[in-house]
Amino acid sequence: MESKSYTTGSRDNANRNLEGSKTLMASHFLRALFRIQQTSTTRSSFAGRRRRIRRAAYASMAYSAGTRRAWSRALLRKLRSRARLRFPRRLSRAARPQRGDTDQAQVLRKLVPGGPGMDYCKLLEETADYIRCLTTQVRLMQTVMDSISS
Amino acid sequence: MSSSRITDEQINDLLTKLQAVLPEAHLRSTDRVSAAKVLQDTCNYIRSLHREVDDLSERLSELLANNDINSAQAAIIRSLLR
Repeated sequence: MESKSYTTGSRDNANRNLEGSKTLMASHFLRALFRIQQTSTTRSSFAGRRRRIRRAAYASMAYSAGTRRAWSRALLRKLRSRARLRFPRRLSRAARPQRGDTDQAQVLRKLVPGGPGMDYCKLLEETADYIRCLTTQVRLMQTVMDSISS
Repeated sequence: MSSSRITDEQINDLLTKLQAVLPEAHLRSTDRVSAAKVLQDTCNYIRSLHREVDDLSERLSELLANNDINSAQAAIIRSLLR
């Protein structure tokens, strides 16, 4: 089980994990793109293809972080259940009130996968990692786009 | 959940680390951060990233319709390895 390191400097570890994750993310996303193009016909809709690409983006994020993170586990569950990926999510059950909670923390919980189940400290920690992963995915998509269109 | 109380110090540390991944983090001081401001900026940033994923998905969808990415394979991989 991961140790609760709320205060020790884990940035080096985070960076090391990120490098390996980037490769995983890129290979998963690229394979998905090739598959989407191969299985897209002239009749398949633009919206359908866009949805599949978007889903592939979140899938490659989730697979790159694997089960190491609460947000990626929550995202993997969502992907496997074929539920719609919607951010911010509609909270079907009331989240437990937490220490240090504000309205803004509740807003954040809806934006981060698995947010509602996290206490305040976990939410802050998971959010930082989720953002790192999101920015990496966005840069990946931009790079792919630039190299295709050049 | 650990039985020790989470201190304000620990929360401030987590908020500082969170602020560090937000844009223009270098412009901000690392002393005591305002939780409200950090959370607000964080929510705005995540929303903008989600929008970017949507937007890039749309543009990639267009590109896939008009370009064979198989032939761009080498170029894509080269630019990713850079």
